[in-house]
Amino acid sequence: MALSQAEVLAGLAELVNDETGIATDAVQMDKSFTDDLDIDSISMMTIVVNAEDKFGVKIPDEEVKNLITVADAVNFIVGAQA
Amino acid sequence: MALRQTKSRDFTRIYSLGASRGRQVVTNDDVAGPIDSSDEWIRQRTGIITRKRAGADQSLIDMALEASKEAISKANINPSEIGAVIVATITFPYQTPSAATLLADLVGAKGAAAYDISAACAGYCYGIAQADALVRSGQADYVLVVGAEKLSDFVSPTDRSISFLLGDGAGAAIVGPSDHPGISKTVWGSDGSNWDKVGMTASQLDFRDHKAEWPTLVQEGQSVFRWAVWEMAKVAKQALEEAGLKPEDLSALVTHQANIRIIDEFAKQLELPESVVVAKDIVDTGNTSAASIPLAMHRLLAEGQVKSGGYALQIGFGAGLAFAAQVVELP
Repeated sequence: MALSQAEVLAGLAELVNDETGIATDAVQMDKSFTDDLDIDSISMMTIVVNAEDKFGVKIPDEEVKNLITVADAVNFIVGAQA
Repeated sequence: MALRQTKSRDFTRIYSLGASRGRQVVTNDDVAGPIDSSDEWIRQRTGIITRKRAGADQSLIDMALEASKEAISKANINPSEIGAVIVATITFPYQTPSAATLLADLVGAKGAAAYDISAACAGYCYGIAQADALVRSGQADYVLVVGAEKLSDFVSPTDRSISFLLGDGAGAAIVGPSDHPGISKTVWGSDGSNWDKVGMTASQLDFRDHKAEWPTLVQEGQSVFRWAVWEMAKVAKQALEEAGLKPEDLSALVTHQANIRIIDEFAKQLELPESVVVAKDIVDTGNTSAASIPLAMHRLLAEGQVKSGGYALQIGFGAGLAFAAQVVELP
């Protein structure tokens, strides 16, 4: 069953926390991965691959550069589940 | 009259290794300025503290020769017993002749078959695969395999994708007959659909025709990172399976020294026990492409981190994309 936006956000926040140690409640929809959360490109890719596993979706390399904010990632994952 | 073929042998192993690094120590501060970076940024993203580079007075052949002499001496063989010389390189500055023919002559392997292979960071493991096959088929008694690179001739000071990672060096191995298995089946392959993920900024023809600056190395770091960790971890597991071993049977994991973040994540994916030493020569040598695996393995042995007779899983991956992995008995 497809997860809701809130559920994907919560799951993504856990992945961000696992990779970077950033508190899960700091991972909010309007935050930029690079500018606000200070996540570098390699950590971002690790989060992406782990998100593919966790949510059962494919996130192609060319899509990763479009995931600027947490909302971008959450919305992509929610859409890809459908 | 019946056609005669060579008699095959059952097993091979690596007899010895030799190493040579660029004589210049290049710090992060030395390379940070033109890429608007810092020592901290480079350490955090690559694990590199210094890289070794060769100056104008140290050529690729100089480093290949130094490494080869050490390997030949430690193997306790006469250079004339070497039946083939294979140099894995992408930075020998002549289209032809090969670096290998010159090296064969310089080490005293007079008349040996000699050729270069272009498989970038996978080149050394390709060379070991070929050497294993040549010795087992009876085509050669001993094979000198060298990964040699002077990457600093092909870097751009302002490139933020790969140039600042790169170092210069050569690592050499002697492969010969064995009375027990010493080199497992190589798991290797390529993916030309991603030909443009790691490579050069332009062709030599573009440079000749003044359409481009001097071609230098460049990569799509994020895509390469994903491939190098998650796809290559599958290859490493397959190589271990082909060798009939479990992770706990290994003494060492020697990956291509691309980036410490790749190495760390790679080791995590393999779920190696703590007893397995993970080679991290990159920290002060940098990424030396085809030379990185023999240099890293040589160092583990020289520092006593692993013992001769143990097993190491070695895996090279890079431009092509090309990859190769095998388990070897440590010399």
